[in-house]
Amino acid sequence: MPEPAELALVIDDLTVAYDQKPAIWDIDLEVPQGALMAIVGPNGAGKSTLIKAALNLIPRAAGSVLFHGKPYEAARHLVGYVPQRGSVDWDFPTSVLDVVTMGLYGKLGWLRRPGRRERAQALAALEQVGLLDYAGRQISQLSGGQQQRTFLARALVQDAQIYFMDEPFAAVDATTEAAIVNILRELNKRGRTVLVVHHDLQTVPEYFDWLTLLNVEVVASGPTCQVFTLDNLQKTYGGRVTSLHGGQVLAAGG
Amino acid sequence: MAERRVWAMIAALLALGVLLVPLSQALFGLRLTYTVRVVALGGSLLGALSGAVGCFAVLRRESLLGDALSHAALPGVAVGFLLAGRQLGALLVGAGIASWLGLRLVAAILRTTRIKQDAALGIVLASFFAAGIALLTYIQSLPEASQAGLDSFIFGQAAAIIASDIALLGAVGLAVTLVLALLWKEFKLITFDAEFASAGGLRGGLIDALLSTLIVVTIVLGLQLAGVILMVGMLIAPAIAARQWTHSLEQMVVLAAALGAFAGGSGAVISALDSDIPTGPMIIVVAFALVALSITLAPGRGVLWRQLRQRENRRHFRSRRLETGA
Repeated sequence: MPEPAELALVIDDLTVAYDQKPAIWDIDLEVPQGALMAIVGPNGAGKSTLIKAALNLIPRAAGSVLFHGKPYEAARHLVGYVPQRGSVDWDFPTSVLDVVTMGLYGKLGWLRRPGRRERAQALAALEQVGLLDYAGRQISQLSGGQQQRTFLARALVQDAQIYFMDEPFAAVDATTEAAIVNILRELNKRGRTVLVVHHDLQTVPEYFDWLTLLNVEVVASGPTCQVFTLDNLQKTYGGRVTSLHGGQVLAAGG
Repeated sequence: MAERRVWAMIAALLALGVLLVPLSQALFGLRLTYTVRVVALGGSLLGALSGAVGCFAVLRRESLLGDALSHAALPGVAVGFLLAGRQLGALLVGAGIASWLGLRLVAAILRTTRIKQDAALGIVLASFFAAGIALLTYIQSLPEASQAGLDSFIFGQAAAIIASDIALLGAVGLAVTLVLALLWKEFKLITFDAEFASAGGLRGGLIDALLSTLIVVTIVLGLQLAGVILMVGMLIAPAIAARQWTHSLEQMVVLAAALGAFAGGSGAVISALDSDIPTGPMIIVVAFALVALSITLAPGRGVLWRQLRQRENRRHFRSRRLETGA
């Protein structure tokens, strides 16, 4: 068992309800520092809700969340966030570089404007995700994959200790998927904790070393090699997972 | 290159605006009285202010919230009159409070019920406006004479603008510009991605409230000129027109201010051609003429531009097919 000080995220008794029906129920979760964790579950399992409730973006019915032992208000600077790509209007009049620089606004604080240093940091992050040539591009001209990489670069400049990513792999091209995986491994190497809402069961064992199976409640959570079993997946997806051959999973409606 | 084109356009608009008074005197033989000049100056100041602030309303998809909030101001005007008599300050404070209550009510409806945003806006707009009309009708039945002209807040009455109003518009406009400049990056981020702003350590709720306050203040200042019904036009038309010409928020806000000032000033001058042309509606007509022009002509986004490019594409591909066929 890891020492309590090594836990990057501790969620205790977290419940969120929409119109009396619980979206997530009594979530207890401990994520060790440095984990690269997938949050997996069927549609409506509350994966995005879990992330948003942890980050105080939606009201909690009950429960507490600690980031490196601190409540959210005291830990904002430790947290990086990649929202779902569809959550913003990509016709907004701004450039790729500008969007990435937005990741530094929180650190800059009130009144201070981004300057040359912030520009250099943003450009470095764009290079990491392979979008350096697009820095001056209008965001309305980006493909879906490029949009996702722009959001990823914005999270990178936040230089956070613990990252929350909401479906970064949803409907992206192969180039973008490879770029995201590279970034995840790089963050992992630097000891950062990353939580990713994920849909593709096939790639879970390859990409992630830690796994939480969620269906309103936590079905199982721990190292992928222990949690990623046919039995657990069937519990999560309600028996719709049909087989598990050497990591090959066939899930219906996942 | 595109950036320089927009800055040139802004400069041309401003020059045209400055020359508006002497030009119209020379071309149309207009004799612009002191009153007309004051109204034109007030119209341009208000146009600049609502153009800049309106960009955020449009980009946040809150155009119709602006409409609901301006209608919601009417009962505040009436209550202000009943409490303090016909003093502009009291009327505007009343309007601001009522409009702000309307804003809170929309938010409360969305938070606590399953009613959707369009219906919530409809509820606030209709109920507040109806209450305002009822109160105004009651006030008109009072024996005092001082209530005359209170209903000008419905359609606006530009001629009522006097020099001290210009000072008020100028002072508030300066304050709003200062707030916009100081909190530029916060407003930009909350408009583009409110969730990320809150998750990334900015005080999302506070910035949101500040931006809404700017919109309410702008609406209240414009009521005398444009009236509660047409104020939404002042707020959104310059922003919609400006959006067609540029892809940068900075330029969009400056251009919208310039377009708004141009519409406000020239609308006032045009209405001086004949005493039967009402100023407020004329300003809105000019503003939406600018919108129509922009939607048609703007390079890149304009309708005409896109059709030309489509035709060019078709011809290009047809000729390439012929080449490969031969």
